Amino acid sequence: SSGINAEWPLRPGATEASSTTFPLTFGSPYNAVHDNALVKQVDLPSTTGHFGILPHHVPTIAILVPGTISITNEAGDVAKYFVSSGTATIHPDSSVQILAEEICAVADIDDGAVRAGLEAAQGKLSSASSEADKAAAQIEIEVYQSMISAA
Amino acid sequence: SSGINAEWPLRPGYKLYFEMAVPMLRTTLTLTPSATRGMATLKDIEMRLKSVKNMKKITSSMKMVSAAKFARAERALKPARAYGTGAASLYEKNDFDTSGKDSVLLALSSDRGLCGGIHSNVGKMVKAAHAETPITKAIIVGDKAKAILVKVIGDTFLSCFNNVGKKPTSFTDALDIAEEVLSHDYDTINIVYSKFKNIVSYNTEEKPVPSLESVESNAAIYVYDEVDSEVLRCYQEFTLANIIYHSMKECEASEQSSRMSAMENATKNAGEKIDALTLQYNRTRQAVITRELIEIISGASALE
Repeated sequence: SSGINAEWPLRPGATEASSTTFPLTFGSPYNAVHDNALVKQVDLPSTTGHFGILPHHVPTIAILVPGTISITNEAGDVAKYFVSSGTATIHPDSSVQILAEEICAVADIDDGAVRAGLEAAQGKLSSASSEADKAAAQIEIEVYQSMISAA
Repeated sequence: SSGINAEWPLRPGYKLYFEMAVPMLRTTLTLTPSATRGMATLKDIEMRLKSVKNMKKITSSMKMVSAAKFARAERALKPARAYGTGAASLYEKNDFDTSGKDSVLLALSSDRGLCGGIHSNVGKMVKAAHAETPITKAIIVGDKAKAILVKVIGDTFLSCFNNVGKKPTSFTDALDIAEEVLSHDYDTINIVYSKFKNIVSYNTEEKPVPSLESVESNAAIYVYDEVDSEVLRCYQEFTLANIIYHSMKECEASEQSSRMSAMENATKNAGEKIDALTLQYNRTRQAVITRELIEIISGASALE
């Protein structure tokens, strides 16, 4: 990816991106997982496909789809979270904000509940009448399937 | 109750105390027989004492309830702040036009009073803004702000939300409000809300949020890669809901802390009033006894 635009000044006091880390704010309305924390890499699922963020990534605005986000922190540990949809912003100063409506750690996903939910959603799809109901059921199925592949 | 001149330099709690006490005292005074020589009878003072003691119990328990709700609101505010600041970062790092002529006012308050100056400060800020540039569209959240603003900008109301303040605000509430806002055309939204500073103070602020059109028409947005109109539209809608959610959480914390200190002041003032009334009661009781003694003695000496 292309380099950072050197003219953009960083806000005074902003956590600066070094060559190996960048500041990440990752949270939901109820839970701020990272607040301007320095991390090495983030991989996230967006409407344009799964992509990874390293320091000095090109400024981007993306919409998240339900899926798994993996965050590699400064120490090199990888943490995986399952997110509902949301937004991701990469600014010219390399700071990243990923905001999702719901976040849960992949380890907290209950496989049994997911399979039960998937079956219920498939039942809903077959019995759905209107286009809106069919689309909603289809979205549910996709979310459960990506939860299964996450765990 | 009328008659409380808002300019009197009374301590905040006193206003509440008088507002609650005056109607109760008026009733007590009309029910009791008129005092001799204009002095309140013992029964009068006894009733006043009883009502002030009740009031102290009520304000003291309201203070404890507010303290508990405040603790919860402050805890919820922390992630909401990180979330809301993250959401607003696009607007802060870039200079989008927020001076649009076609702006919608979003005033955030709640349904419940007895929280100091929270609602009236929101009303003041809106009235001042209206005096500068007339407001043409307004969405009001909370019955208190609605009551204050209906006389000034009532004809500009697009919609009003109530049932705010009983339970902590959830993200779905913010989604409902955002959906309503987005159903109208505008250039900018001005959110007027109470920003929480600390347990004893808050600031009433106005936060402008640009619309999709303002953002799209500004070349700065195209610094960002992969920006097409569909992505931008989803992004704007979600970000608006996030900013509204953050602002509502700030209001919640400000309101509960303000109610806590208002109730504490009212409790303290009621306590002082109880002391003053108790003294008056004892003095009156002693004066009554002295008067009876004098009557008895002068009656007895008249017989001699």
